[in-house]
Amino acid sequence: MPRRNPDFPMSPEHTFETIPVEMLLERVRGFHQQGWRLVQICATRLPEQLELTYSFDRDNRLGNLRLVIPANALQVSSISSIFSCAFLYENELHDLFNLHVSGLTVDFEGHFYKTAIKFPFGTTKPPAGRPGAPAASVAPQGISAKT
Amino acid sequence: MPRTIIPFGPQHPVLPEPVHLDLQLEDERVVEARPSVGFVHRGLEKLVEKKDFIDFVYVAERICGICSFIHGQTYCQGIEALMSAPVPPRALYLRTIWGELSRLHSHLLWLGLMADAVGFESLFMHSWRVREKVLNIIETTTGGRVIFGACKVGGVRRDISDEALAKILNDLEIIERDIRDITAVFLGNRSIKARLCGVGVLSREAAYDLGCVGPTLRASGIAQDMRQLGYAAFKDLEVRPVTRTDGDSFARCAVRCEELFQSIDLIRQAASRMPAGEIAAKATGNPNGECVMRTEQPRGEVVYQLKANGTRNLQRLRIRTPTFANLPAVIKLLQGCELADVPVLVLTIDPCISCMER
Amino acid sequence: MSSFEMTRLVLKWVVSKPVTTHYPIAPRVLIPGSRGVIEFTKTTCVYCNVCAKRCPTGAIVVQRAQKRWTIDPLLCISCGCCVEVCPKKSLLLSPAHGAPSVIKDRARYGA
Repeated sequence: MPRRNPDFPMSPEHTFETIPVEMLLERVRGFHQQGWRLVQICATRLPEQLELTYSFDRDNRLGNLRLVIPANALQVSSISSIFSCAFLYENELHDLFNLHVSGLTVDFEGHFYKTAIKFPFGTTKPPAGRPGAPAASVAPQGISAKT
Repeated sequence: MPRTIIPFGPQHPVLPEPVHLDLQLEDERVVEARPSVGFVHRGLEKLVEKKDFIDFVYVAERICGICSFIHGQTYCQGIEALMSAPVPPRALYLRTIWGELSRLHSHLLWLGLMADAVGFESLFMHSWRVREKVLNIIETTTGGRVIFGACKVGGVRRDISDEALAKILNDLEIIERDIRDITAVFLGNRSIKARLCGVGVLSREAAYDLGCVGPTLRASGIAQDMRQLGYAAFKDLEVRPVTRTDGDSFARCAVRCEELFQSIDLIRQAASRMPAGEIAAKATGNPNGECVMRTEQPRGEVVYQLKANGTRNLQRLRIRTPTFANLPAVIKLLQGCELADVPVLVLTIDPCISCMER
Repeated sequence: MSSFEMTRLVLKWVVSKPVTTHYPIAPRVLIPGSRGVIEFTKTTCVYCNVCAKRCPTGAIVVQRAQKRWTIDPLLCISCGCCVEVCPKKSLLLSPAHGAPSVIKDRARYGA
């Protein structure tokens, strides 16, 4: 459960509810009928799993649905038939995490983001390249001092 | 009727940042618009796995050049919530003042771009001339014009002395007079009204269902402003969301014009109640847990979802920027519009593509 | 009437002094406290390496054995963290911007 900071006394209650994958469409339809609207869809890569969080907002309150998908079966149904704006989030999830979303109303088929490597967020390895702080023994590169 | 496809962007004189739209036209009417984004996707959410969470503030600020301070502020608030680190009240007020100055400069930038989009270049130059005064205030107090570098985990890095605060309030009087001059032109000029009134009408239900945020939502009649949640010093200040009911581009322009005056008023309120004290508290330890932080950027609501596991790197940082939420509205507004209205409609949500693509 | 609002603005600015300066003929007025380039004082530096550890981008590289302090100016984001943590106050953030450069030369700015 997320921790609430007492310094933010007027933060509304954020509810987090874990549901099985099969109940997704039914619960989302329930949110829609009660007048909630979609805020964001977030995916977190965990070892062996992909954790999806769907956030909904009504009257400044945030309600979250959480589901866990095993890494060897990255498949979920689209909610873009209920919330039409969801197609952007789901295309992004497909392009970054290799999550197969079935039933998208607008499907970019992998061409939403143009990245050099496919599904760049799909691994738990940190990105390669220049380290944050180089070791002191690294010799500086470049041309020697000019006059 | 045969259709023509016209590519709009990524390079276009009216666009501040690259976005591509394939416009399908029948004669001069747009039938469908297909977006193509990803030109400035930098994968900054993945960078959080490599950078120390203290150093990531500098990356968070550089997600966007226009709304940079509030990105840094929201990130710091998220980390402080995860570490349950207290922030001194003076730092909260300073953050609020800088946040509202950031909103001033962002709205003035947008007003200039909108004037440029309809062809009114001299008004564009006047708006940016007033913006220079705001940027001078920001540079004097934080050291940078657009990337402030002022926020850190636990507080802020620089203080504003009482004399500097008095000088800011003095400068704001002149700025307010200038803003009154240019907003009178924006809201009263016949040629601007002809270009903006009735263009891109977004009904109240459509704005709510499509997930719009910020001035785009408030111009359609829904009074939602994340500053009412009471973060930073907003729990002590009075924020009344600025709304209009028409939902067209003129209403969105009018909402932003009025928010300029609201920001100046908020800065004055915050300056009059500024508490004395420290500007930062030492934050020790590592963040642990999960939290969702929502703040109001000039373009709308930004949502930061942080997940930490007790190490120096966060496990996941998810940023939902306001332009990402407003993009479906643009796609809907473009259906059925005239080709000449496309620049106005793309700019009317205040697109910040570098924010959207992180 | 608002057509005269714009006319009023135009007439006012026709007779006023322009706000733009003739840079680079006229010098740029530097605002004190602005964050520009890092200036390094060799005489007071003890090569403790704290600035390099604190630098968020890794622009500073310190070699204690050879007594060499270098900065890559194109990596530096002028955040001022190194200035804050230096125990000997050898570093200073001057308000001037750095000169434009066509080569990525780290050692040139070393001392």
